[in-house]
Amino acid sequence: MLGKLTLAAIPLDQPIIMVTCVVLLIGIAFVLGLLTWLGRWKWLWEEWLTTVDHKRVGIMYVLLAVVMLLRGFSDAIMMRSQQALAATGGAGFLPPEHYDQVFSAHGTIMIFFMAMPFVVGLMNFVVPLQIGARDVAFPVMNALSFWLTAAGALLINVSLGVGEFARTGWLVYPPLSELAYSPGVGVDYYLWALQISGLGTLLSGINLVTTIMRCRAPGMKLEYMPIFTWTALAANMLIVAAFPVLTATFAMLLLDRYADMHFFTNEAGGNPMMFVNLIWMWGHPEVYILVIPAFGVFSEVIATFSGKPLFGYRSMVIATMAITLLAFTTWAHHFFTMGAGANVNGFFGITTMIISIPTGVKIFNWLLTMYGGRVRFTSPVLWTIGFMITFTIGGMTGVLMSIPPVDFVLHNSLFLVAHFHNVIIGGVVFACMAALTYWFPKAFGFTLDERLGKMVFWCWFVGFYLAFMPLYALGFLGMTRRMNHTDNPAWTPYLYVAVAGAALIMLGIVLQVVQLVVSIRTRQQRRDLTGDPWQGRTLEWSTVSPPPAYNFAVLPAVQGIDAHWAARRSDVPTPARTIEAIEMPKRSALGFVVAFLAVTGGFGMVWHIYWLGAASLLAALACWIWQSWSDDDETTLTAREVEAVEATSRLRTVRA
Amino acid sequence: MQARQRSFRAGLMGAALAAATLSCRAEGVLDPWGPVGATQRQLLYECLGVMLLVVVPVIVLTLAFAWWFRASNRRAAYRPDWSYSGKVEFAIWIIPLLIVLFLAAVAWVGSHELDPYRPLHGSHGSSKRLRVEVVSMDWKWLFIYPELGVASVNELALPLDTPVRMDITSASVMNAIFIPGLAGQIYAMAGMCTQMSVIADKEGIYRGLSSQFSGDGFSDMNFRVIAADRPGFERWVEGLRRSGQVLDKPAYERLIGHRGTAAASYYATADNDLFDYAMQRGTRPTSAVKARTVDPQTGVCRSMNLTNGAH
Repeated sequence: MLGKLTLAAIPLDQPIIMVTCVVLLIGIAFVLGLLTWLGRWKWLWEEWLTTVDHKRVGIMYVLLAVVMLLRGFSDAIMMRSQQALAATGGAGFLPPEHYDQVFSAHGTIMIFFMAMPFVVGLMNFVVPLQIGARDVAFPVMNALSFWLTAAGALLINVSLGVGEFARTGWLVYPPLSELAYSPGVGVDYYLWALQISGLGTLLSGINLVTTIMRCRAPGMKLEYMPIFTWTALAANMLIVAAFPVLTATFAMLLLDRYADMHFFTNEAGGNPMMFVNLIWMWGHPEVYILVIPAFGVFSEVIATFSGKPLFGYRSMVIATMAITLLAFTTWAHHFFTMGAGANVNGFFGITTMIISIPTGVKIFNWLLTMYGGRVRFTSPVLWTIGFMITFTIGGMTGVLMSIPPVDFVLHNSLFLVAHFHNVIIGGVVFACMAALTYWFPKAFGFTLDERLGKMVFWCWFVGFYLAFMPLYALGFLGMTRRMNHTDNPAWTPYLYVAVAGAALIMLGIVLQVVQLVVSIRTRQQRRDLTGDPWQGRTLEWSTVSPPPAYNFAVLPAVQGIDAHWAARRSDVPTPARTIEAIEMPKRSALGFVVAFLAVTGGFGMVWHIYWLGAASLLAALACWIWQSWSDDDETTLTAREVEAVEATSRLRTVRA
Repeated sequence: MQARQRSFRAGLMGAALAAATLSCRAEGVLDPWGPVGATQRQLLYECLGVMLLVVVPVIVLTLAFAWWFRASNRRAAYRPDWSYSGKVEFAIWIIPLLIVLFLAAVAWVGSHELDPYRPLHGSHGSSKRLRVEVVSMDWKWLFIYPELGVASVNELALPLDTPVRMDITSASVMNAIFIPGLAGQIYAMAGMCTQMSVIADKEGIYRGLSSQFSGDGFSDMNFRVIAADRPGFERWVEGLRRSGQVLDKPAYERLIGHRGTAAASYYATADNDLFDYAMQRGTRPTSAVKARTVDPQTGVCRSMNLTNGAH
């Protein structure tokens, strides 16, 4: 009846885990209690849990990402302090069987449930506004995508208190992840959580590609699209092409583990090398799925705050598309040391460094955008300049490792760890922080506190260098990754410095929370009443902040790049156009319900409670069929209703 | 027997300490003790240098442009519409392109010249060569010297200036044998044979480790590497012979049956087909038996599937 699940699955003998679980449960109980006390359940259900508004879905994605950042960062702090405490031959405070789960969870959560939701959330929020659309192409599916991602995140976090997480590293290389070497439920949690959230990501990719191709405002040709939208298009095309590979690969590993098959086992003709190839066939494009939209964010920020159009728009688009294609040609550089031979290694080394050409062009483009501009040093600009410096260094160390003989000495070392944190923190995380500050007033109608925002930047920036430059040095000293304890005196001082860096980043995260709280409390003084607090360039700044559900009462007519900037500069007033009735999607519980079923089904499969898995799948299918046959999914806002909403927001502006 | 082994170990440790003080330098990939490691380091420096030629100016220009074109600087010209220049665009594409052309040549030539499968030649034209067979286990390393008929666990000795070819496989999950400063690393995989060619040219005691995470005992999967001159190496082999231990197939089974880390241990004799046995054992139970074939010209080994135990 309960499969493999017994009371023994709860690690009562692990004080660290138990205390964490108790604190988490108290936190959840507090939030639920607060909702009840404030009588906000109906509001929560109607305004958020069943919403299909792309802006709210985007906000929920980002909220999920921020929460998961806290979880993933706690793992990071534990790893750093364990390595520092166990650097002189001691055992530290985390035994290997726990430590191995911590670093596996850190990587999994940071990539799949922090970076991905953050970037997808930004695209969800910004893209329809930038292209002058009223919503994404498939709003209900959009909500479903988010809720599936959230379901995966929940399942991963359940593994903390019920059972265990994978002890294999974040990409579960077989044969270590096969039943013979990982008999527990850890790898199953990993696989089911990522299958569920991967489906959500794929659906979201299809949705955004369709939105960008089909829903642009009248007159917005492809070559008039804002750069962020271009990068979103590139990233989502990569999602559509790459995520099925991930799903298929994990499906094969699941069959190995559940149905005694032998795709990747050592024995019976299985081939673990095939898994490594397949997972990186997804994994390398994944890097670009994250970083290409980050490039888009920096392009918007640097152009806006330099008061200039982006330098070399066409170069930027070509470079973005070149990276999109090349992303699929480099996967083998993740395992030069597998022994594929000199020709294969040479080939993939060269394809890898070719990517640095369009990437280098981008750096020059941002540089030249500042040239002749009037750069306002807001915190998004600090993040951008910090990114340009940091990412250039990270790119250089990456190209260094694309040279196979050099990779033979640096692969799997802390140099590698430093490199990918250098590009992911310096690229993706910095972009997320810049984007948070940049688009926050659009989402909520007030700006964030700049003084605290700059402090957050300096903590992260200095903290990053303190935490990761020592890891480069440790890589040169021959220290490999994922070590639980060491006894090499030459390594010790660097490990200590790295902890200090992590602590500084932690201060940055704390200040980030403080910034949010302070800004919310002082929101009356920081209202954005114009809809355009930064003198922006693209269409999202031409509607009010926060935008009404339908984004634009009258769809904008676009005649060139930077449509909002152009309209603001031209003295010709835009011809008044009559407001018409707007068709809006109705809210839908489908996403929430299916995600709930995904959690129960995934949990059932993890613990071999097959009836629960089957029942959940059937119920989810029934929901899907019901939704497909439902005609009643749209409602019409009459012209008068739209007028009323517009009048209220005009009134708000006048009152200020 | 016990005492003899202890005194032998003490002697070995003494030699190790002496060598360590002699060599007395930081370990790592920037401190090579073999020609392969030295070339790898040289490539690293060259490529880093060439890239810094662009990276440093880019960083300086980033800071300079941001500072000069700050909004409060009224001396800086404001050109709100400047967003294209054909010449500049040409330059920003051509600069990275040229650098990549250089690096691509380095990558292609380097990956062939430093291909770990490529046999090496000793510096003094001596024809002496050595083969070592390496099996990674949970969580220790077995080194077999097939020509000498001895074996050791977690201790690898290499005679100076002698080309050594390692054949590498795994008894369980994937690992990577990593000897910083010597020649880098290569994966060890069950049922497969990878190779690494190395030459040690500086005496000393070094560390080897696994660089591919392989489970709970991974952090202790270290081994000692002793680079010694010919007489020193021969003394080491002699020590192994005197240990009296035998590594036959039952002993091998006991070795892999014990999942855990291990101290260094020594075997006077090892079965001569033990490596092939290890390769097949790694994929058992299986219908397709894998075997190693060695190209007589190049010495390159490949694993191939044989049908139904033709081996």
